[in-house]
Amino acid sequence: MQVSVDKDRCCGAGQCVMAAPDVFDQSEDDGLVLLRPGAVEQAARTDLELAAGLCPAGAITVREDPRTGSGDADGTVDA
Amino acid sequence: MTPAPSAVAGQELTLPAPRGACPFSPPPAYLDAHRAAPLTKMSLWDGEPCWLVTGHQQMRTILQDKRFSADARVPGFPFLSPGRRQLLTKAQPSFLRLDDPEHARLRRMLTGDFIVKRAEAQRPQLQKIVDEALDRMIAKGSPADLVRDFALPVPSRVICLLLGVPYADHEFFEGQTSMLVDLSTPPEQIKAAMGTLNGYLTELAERKRREPDDSLLSRLVARGELNEAECAAMGMVLLVAGHETTANMISFGTLALLRNPAQLARLRAEPQLIKGAVEELLRYLSVVHFGLPRAALEDVEIDGTLIRAGEGVLCMLSAANWDEQVFSGGAELDITRDARRHLAFGFGGHQCIGQPLARAELQIALGTLLRRLPDLRLAVPYEELEYRTDKAVYGVRSLPVTW
Repeated sequence: MQVSVDKDRCCGAGQCVMAAPDVFDQSEDDGLVLLRPGAVEQAARTDLELAAGLCPAGAITVREDPRTGSGDADGTVDA
Repeated sequence: MTPAPSAVAGQELTLPAPRGACPFSPPPAYLDAHRAAPLTKMSLWDGEPCWLVTGHQQMRTILQDKRFSADARVPGFPFLSPGRRQLLTKAQPSFLRLDDPEHARLRRMLTGDFIVKRAEAQRPQLQKIVDEALDRMIAKGSPADLVRDFALPVPSRVICLLLGVPYADHEFFEGQTSMLVDLSTPPEQIKAAMGTLNGYLTELAERKRREPDDSLLSRLVARGELNEAECAAMGMVLLVAGHETTANMISFGTLALLRNPAQLARLRAEPQLIKGAVEELLRYLSVVHFGLPRAALEDVEIDGTLIRAGEGVLCMLSAANWDEQVFSGGAELDITRDARRHLAFGFGGHQCIGQPLARAELQIALGTLLRRLPDLRLAVPYEELEYRTDKAVYGVRSLPVTW
């Protein structure tokens, strides 16, 4: 699975942390979404999809394709 | 495009619609509308056209779509009463009533303070507040009014912490804010209460500037990015948003559990179910019941229905939270249900910023109440209870209990 987060859209509601606390975190400075390093690989697909579905701002994208991208500036992480 | 068959142009509906026999149920008129279609066109008291949104999926779509504005100054923005129009258009708007990028700029000054980790770290403090409120209620003796003696003091004390004010101020700000959220308060009185609260908050911000403390308000002032009016508007959000909402969830949630003895017994037997139980109570009760207002900035098609630029929409959270397509058997309280997709905190970029704190407060308040008062029960016949149908936050007016 591949997860990307869009900090520009993030509104700091914390739904992702509630859905998948092992994967998502919030910055203590501005409350915006952070991906815990190396966590996506360990995560259950259902938790990732729940986090994306609960995110009120639509800031989380979960993709199937494991080949594209290699972790870019907006926080994409491959699994 | 052909209009949706449900578009009953000109249909009038008193808002909020009257409740039916069951106080926990959304108004029957919303459920009827939803059975016909997830979006229903109607007109408001002032003749303005407005769409009643009752479908869960449609509500998510609308609240996430930036073509729907939360700014009360936008043409077509729906108001439930003249007093609400006064409240929402005449004050310096808080970020709740602004669109991005202004909304994001102001909201992000607070997001760091409301992260999940912080709410979790505040649990010992919250537990102390809850225990002390309960100690006082128990010491006063049974019967007690759970609303006045427990449900209101808990969030009130939390707000005093956020604002960095003595608890002695609570009677003043509770009195003023309760006028603001009452549908029957006339515009002049709304204006007066807003002026009084504004004066209080402006003076408070000035005091924080001179004597900083570790309160949220003090940190906001110290950023130096807010002018006086913006500061007061922020203070108003902190004052109003987390107060009656949390208080009514505590008291109305307790009533819902008392009326569902099997659920209550299960929760007492398995206190670790409290997190899910709170989500289910949020879904089941949807205390924010006037409908989240938005105005279409341009023509938008939602599920084949055309909403025109300048038309208002009201998102009826209670109806979406009972939408059978998402919550099967939604008319029943089931604390073991996965209710996390509920929209009780709204949706989109405006979704409640204080929800991690609200969750922690509710889990601790309800969990502690049930643990410490195993024999808690109503002290009056259920049929005698009265409900807050005319207040922005729905719930039970008073809840006489014994133990």
